[in-house]
Amino acid sequence: MIRSTHLPLIVTLATFVLAYALCAWQYPAMLSLRVVANLLTDNAFLGIVAVGMTFVILSGGIDLSVGSVIAFTGVFLAVVLRDTTMHPLMAFALVLVITSAFGAAMGSIIHYLEMPPFIVTLAGMFLARGAAYVLSTDSVPITHEFYDALQQVYWKTASGGRFRLIGGVMILTFLVGIVVAHRTRFGQNVYALGGGSATSRLMGVPVASTTIGIYAISGGLAGLAGIVFSLYTSAGYSLATVGVELDAIAAVVIGGTLLTGGFGFIAGTFFGILIMGLIQTYIVFDGTLSSWWTKIVIGGLLFAFILLQKGLTWASTARRKAATGFVTPS
Amino acid sequence: MIRNPFLRRIAPQLIILGIVLGLNVLVFPDFFHVEMKNGRLFGNLIDVLNRGAPTALLCVGMTLVIATKGIDLSVGAVMAIAGATAASLVVDGNHWTVAVIGALSVGALCGMWNGFLVAFLRIQPIVATLVLMVAGRGIAQLITEGTILTFLDPGLIHLGAGTVKGVPTPVLIWLTLGLFVAYFVRRTALGMLIEAIGINEASSRLAGINSRVLLVCVYVVSGIGAAIAGIIVAADIQGADANNAGLWLELDAILAVVIGGNSLLGGRFSIVASLLGAMIIQSVNSLILLSGMPPEFNLIIKALLIIAILVIQSPKVAHLLYILRASAPQSHPKQLPPFKESKR
Repeated sequence: MIRSTHLPLIVTLATFVLAYALCAWQYPAMLSLRVVANLLTDNAFLGIVAVGMTFVILSGGIDLSVGSVIAFTGVFLAVVLRDTTMHPLMAFALVLVITSAFGAAMGSIIHYLEMPPFIVTLAGMFLARGAAYVLSTDSVPITHEFYDALQQVYWKTASGGRFRLIGGVMILTFLVGIVVAHRTRFGQNVYALGGGSATSRLMGVPVASTTIGIYAISGGLAGLAGIVFSLYTSAGYSLATVGVELDAIAAVVIGGTLLTGGFGFIAGTFFGILIMGLIQTYIVFDGTLSSWWTKIVIGGLLFAFILLQKGLTWASTARRKAATGFVTPS
Repeated sequence: MIRNPFLRRIAPQLIILGIVLGLNVLVFPDFFHVEMKNGRLFGNLIDVLNRGAPTALLCVGMTLVIATKGIDLSVGAVMAIAGATAASLVVDGNHWTVAVIGALSVGALCGMWNGFLVAFLRIQPIVATLVLMVAGRGIAQLITEGTILTFLDPGLIHLGAGTVKGVPTPVLIWLTLGLFVAYFVRRTALGMLIEAIGINEASSRLAGINSRVLLVCVYVVSGIGAAIAGIIVAADIQGADANNAGLWLELDAILAVVIGGNSLLGGRFSIVASLLGAMIIQSVNSLILLSGMPPEFNLIIKALLIIAILVIQSPKVAHLLYILRASAPQSHPKQLPPFKESKR
């Protein structure tokens, strides 16, 4: 018997397996480890940022600032490494502190001023993107032996696939995220907050520290994603990663997390990322399809999963409908 | 005190607009200078009105959508789709009126789709319009086949770059649409019904309001406004750019509505105040350009502006101010200030 709470996760998993099987049936080369390795490498920064987004959405909020924070991190690292003699590790630590503090500041505005997360993180998005512009409007290359050393770290398989460091960082982030969400008190508080702010307060959940913590995590992970992205591209550019927040939200929804909060799995997001990466890989393999089909297919998938969530919610309230004659609209 | 309730409602926006325009004059003394050149009005003020047209057109529909406690994230993508539709119809040899009608129908269709998701499938507005926001640019690129479709049709170009009796056409279009919609919803009961849905949809339905049809209509208005804005932007550059047309304009439109003093939590709205908000944004842009500040600061200033407005609008701060005012020593203790309901 499948527990109904796991249904969206199972649907996501089934979608991924089915899509991969279809791709492999058409192009057997898709099964090679090289494709798998590239899938992890190319989507590493998106995956890391999606973990933070999952926490935010689980708590019933939304964070539109992550794409700008990634761009800011990249430009910051590039400018710092160009103009100072600071060691990259030191710069990494500094930028993680800055982005986490930025997220925490947005979280406290959301909590203490009782403003909708949507508009607060929108302001944060402008602010981070503007800060990136102020640092530099040009694409700044990063040339540092430490960066070269990090880029050389990979595990080569027999078939020539390279599992790079940044793919490993993404998987590690997902594992830590799963443990935090399901095995710690903080994770329980996040789920409780998503279930209802007033209820969770009555239950004794520390709403203030949880809200601020959630957005700090999202900001910090966006900073980590920025570091990974700068390793991936070896440059910092203030116009990079425009619209990544939408991709992250789409991955979270495709991963089966309810956008109203309180329900979902970090592991689902992982498969959401893989599905989105798979679509892009398929388009590359096909060669005749144009890149805009990615957007249309992702939009369609998004719609399908929202409908699925709606159907599940409807099914679980149908009994109440039969008893009272009408459902109170949410 | 200002007696007229309408003037009192838009007074803060008028004051802010006045201050920003005043700052413009400080950095550029000839700011208000308007002259006729080649049968066309020239001047910075005209430029503000002209460049603010897309935001102004978007914020008309956005005000109505936000008044129903919704939000429309897809307007930027709808602009791209409408621009692409108009361009491809003209390139295929159709008359420009056909292209405009086609683009408007596509905009209305997009609005209907959003409205259907929100009103009938009861999906949260942010999520429902996100679908079109993600997929919309892909659809626009599908129409333009990935290129920037350029056209030379004088009729269509006139809509974006032409003039009527010296006044740029976009200015006339947004003024006409904005004032017509504002007048229409206030002279009929529609405005009140929309506010009722925003305040409490369940009770408005129990009171006999056909909330579903109204919700769909509101999103259709937003879609049509976005389509007009898309046509203007495409006509201005004589080409449809599926990637960049209307990029991030949905955020500007939402910002204009918020500056207009409309609460994001739905309820009372004023379209005229939102239009003033759009003009404030454009005047700030022009201020940054004229003062010679690097345009990089544009986004930071916009962000600080939002944060300042959020703090002022916040229910907590309003409550705190009320307590401060009430606890201050009064000369006439019996005449306590009447409890002012915050604007939400």
